[in-house]
Amino acid sequence: MKFGVVVFPGSNCDDDMIHVLGDVMKSEVVKVWHKDTGLPGFNTSDCIVLPGGFAYGDYLRCGALAGLSPIMSAVKDFAAKGGMVVGICNGFQVLCEAGLLPGVLLANSSQKFICKNIHLKIENNETPFTRLTSKGDVLKIPIAHAEGRYYADENILGQLEMNNQVLFRYCSPTGEVADEYNPNGASRNIAGICNEGRNVFGMMPHPERASEEILGNTDGRILFESLLNHVLESA
Amino acid sequence: MQVNDVLPDLVTAKNLGLTEDEFEKIKQILGRHPNFTELSIYAVMWSEHCSYKNSIKYLKTLPRDGKKLLVAAGEENAGLIDIGDRLACAFKIESHNHPSALEPFQGAATGVGGIHRDIFTMGARPIASLNSLRFGNIETPHMQRLIKGVVSGIGHYGNCFGVPTVGGEIFFNDCYNQNILVNAMSVGIVKHGETVSATAAKPGNLVLIVGSATGKDGIHGATFASADLTEDSAEDLPAVQVGDPFQEKLLLEASLEAIAANAVDGMQDMGAAGITCSTSEMSAKAGLGMKIDLSKVPTRQKNMHAWEILLSESQERMLVVCEPGKEKILFDIYDKWDLECEIIGEVTEGPMLEFYEGNTLVAEVPAESLVLGGGAPVYDREYTSPEYLEKIKAFKTSSIPTPDDIVQTAKKVMSSPNLVSKRWIYEQYDSMVRTNTVTTNAPSDAAVSYVKGTSKAIAMTTDCNPAYVFADPFKGTMIAVSEAARNIVCSGGEPVGVTNCLNFGNPYNPEVYWQFVHAIKGMGEACRRFETPVTGGNVSFYNQSQIGNQTIPVYPTPTIGMVGILEDASNHTTLDFKNTKDIIYLLGQTQNDLGSSEYIRSIYNVEYSNCPYFNIDDEIKLHDVIKKLIKQKIVSSVHDVSDGGMLATLLESAFVNDKGFKIDTEDNIRIDVALFGESQSRAIISMSETNEARIQELLLNNNIPFTRLGVVTDGEITVNNIDFGQITDWKKTFETKIENILEHKS
Repeated sequence: MKFGVVVFPGSNCDDDMIHVLGDVMKSEVVKVWHKDTGLPGFNTSDCIVLPGGFAYGDYLRCGALAGLSPIMSAVKDFAAKGGMVVGICNGFQVLCEAGLLPGVLLANSSQKFICKNIHLKIENNETPFTRLTSKGDVLKIPIAHAEGRYYADENILGQLEMNNQVLFRYCSPTGEVADEYNPNGASRNIAGICNEGRNVFGMMPHPERASEEILGNTDGRILFESLLNHVLESA
Repeated sequence: MQVNDVLPDLVTAKNLGLTEDEFEKIKQILGRHPNFTELSIYAVMWSEHCSYKNSIKYLKTLPRDGKKLLVAAGEENAGLIDIGDRLACAFKIESHNHPSALEPFQGAATGVGGIHRDIFTMGARPIASLNSLRFGNIETPHMQRLIKGVVSGIGHYGNCFGVPTVGGEIFFNDCYNQNILVNAMSVGIVKHGETVSATAAKPGNLVLIVGSATGKDGIHGATFASADLTEDSAEDLPAVQVGDPFQEKLLLEASLEAIAANAVDGMQDMGAAGITCSTSEMSAKAGLGMKIDLSKVPTRQKNMHAWEILLSESQERMLVVCEPGKEKILFDIYDKWDLECEIIGEVTEGPMLEFYEGNTLVAEVPAESLVLGGGAPVYDREYTSPEYLEKIKAFKTSSIPTPDDIVQTAKKVMSSPNLVSKRWIYEQYDSMVRTNTVTTNAPSDAAVSYVKGTSKAIAMTTDCNPAYVFADPFKGTMIAVSEAARNIVCSGGEPVGVTNCLNFGNPYNPEVYWQFVHAIKGMGEACRRFETPVTGGNVSFYNQSQIGNQTIPVYPTPTIGMVGILEDASNHTTLDFKNTKDIIYLLGQTQNDLGSSEYIRSIYNVEYSNCPYFNIDDEIKLHDVIKKLIKQKIVSSVHDVSDGGMLATLLESAFVNDKGFKIDTEDNIRIDVALFGESQSRAIISMSETNEARIQELLLNNNIPFTRLGVVTDGEITVNNIDFGQITDWKKTFETKIENILEHKS
């Protein structure tokens, strides 16, 4: 299994993701340039990651310009064939703007950038991205965003819930989901979702910042381990 | 030479910030009358900001050599220190005070952008930034607007650029009511042999401008920074630059790629005085000249005058020098990153800098005559001991009564904006991007970032208590250096180098200049003792406010940025109490001294009092013993005693894990002096019972005074058998005070 990390102009968590996937998880990982029009060398057991950052400076709207970049046509084709795509933070915003995931990320209710550790409750562990977790598990993972308030209309939210597409919700350290643990005002405390096909995943928190002992937090590793485990099991 | 209709006169020269003597000197250098463009070039290059004309004499007395220094101080854009493993650390701090006072968001943002460019123009990748901020009264709407603007400007730039903000400090005092201070520091890592010098290298080399197009923003910014801030300064708004962190991110990646491709022979960022400064400094450094065609410079608007292009401080630009033949590599790389890249001239034998517009020569000046260390003026100002020192001498600690209700007094002291958590601010900064920051999850006195691919970590801090420096510039600045070193040592590091940001009032005021001269002497003395050379930095004069007919200088604020190394990152030591029943010691001796404490300022409104007790030999002894304790891995936490005194230190150690403490203060010391006195060279350590005997032995062998204060508890706080309540109550005020003020919550 190979990972491709897309570098948009303004991506700034690309190196962090490559470090964790390569140096920590010991997986094969390459950079993919945003001007590329295809994904040669990748097959459906591989995974494309859209990292965090400020693609195109967040101009116009977070993720809007990146969603239209040449590589995204290739990523859509790749996803349509069943390839796995993960978007973290700005990458999640790009996936929503590109139409690969429903909904949109709005400005935080505080109108401020927020960087801190938050807690996530696992809502669905039956996906490649969460398969090694247990439903109800709580992970401590940091957020760092100004536009992380997940929003979708009631109709879409209903569908997400019905199809079990909500992966993570913001919660207390003990797993209680309530307004006071919602850092950005996200609809129904949603922190991460997947598509119906269970092969496109987006989340605002940064698991790659919580995957090394020296950083004092390894709660994020289990998500990368899940992806690797999924491919291993499917092979 | 283009002949202007009217050659500028002395009035014009003075309007540009030059003195009569300087105007005469320019005419002498050129052997003729300068035209307006040339006069503008001299005005900006000889401004305080670019020439250091009123400070360089004293800056040269600072220790500038050290065995780990890879470039001599002042030789390049930032200091460069060997950290082993064939890696080097580049670091520098710089002020952006005047722009931030006028337009806080852009002023602070471009301050961050500018200091990062100083680092990556040397080939280093920035891995961390810090900032040191000084604000006035937080209760006023004007100041709240400035605070919010500065914080969101720093966050906007750093977060988007993708470099974590890992540390900093904030101090509030009315002396900054109209003239806030915004000092930003950047720290980068570069492999040996991959550094780039700010030089024109050799004749025949091509000169390129890369990055953003040039606009009319920030013209005369350096001149503006070199004058008093007045009520009319708002009319200088065009002198404030506008930042675009997205462009800077592209410029960073493209420039490091160009350096790695071996296509760059010299590189200099464009900060103050734009093309003028970068062309003259790169030329002068190589003893050469340049021939530049300004019509080749990509501009944002048509019909810009030559002097506007020369002086524009548009952000996110670099001047690159390369050997002929390598330009194709540069074009390809900057095109890949969608950035401008144009050849605008070539390096000549010199000594002249020749600026053309097409075929018309619009300015011609000797490069050497413009720069610091060359023809730029050097002044030695007169200074006199300030009158206010008499009031400081008159203060006696014994004049302060011991409060009746120590608990209520403590609550009031600890709710001072200077002592409470700055969480509302630092949560708006991304502290974790690049995944090097150890201290987000494991706080210590200094910020610590590990260096990937090695076992090392870098410790970083900025420090200066300006109230101490006001009371005694010499001793106060020694304390600033000592506190910085103490923070690094308490975190498990070895201090290796200093960068300074010298924020003072008007140098033509003899009392201000006295403060400056004595601060530099104190800094030199302390840096020599800690063997931490001063690798560079910046001077910001003219920080003062005009209130009615009175001009009030800010407190002298020589901010110290210090970098240290942890050879073994596992020696990182945190400040938090970890286990109930762990034993708490105070290292060092509390003196009977309340001078310059937050306590007497916040409770008794004392404005003039002595600088706290300080003895550098005690300080060095303390550092040595802390290093030993950490190396033997027998302490659970180390936290230095600084602003707010011992109670502030104990509370900060307790907050992290919601622990409390039961202590008895030292015998023969008043309880308020013990809890709030800020006498120096002290630290609080905690340890498990099993390690106590070994620690005691080590302390006794090293002849360090210490006191067994008590033990860590589950959350209740008791001092001398007085009930101080629960840690969670103290924590609530600590964490929400700033937020409540700025967001008008009660």
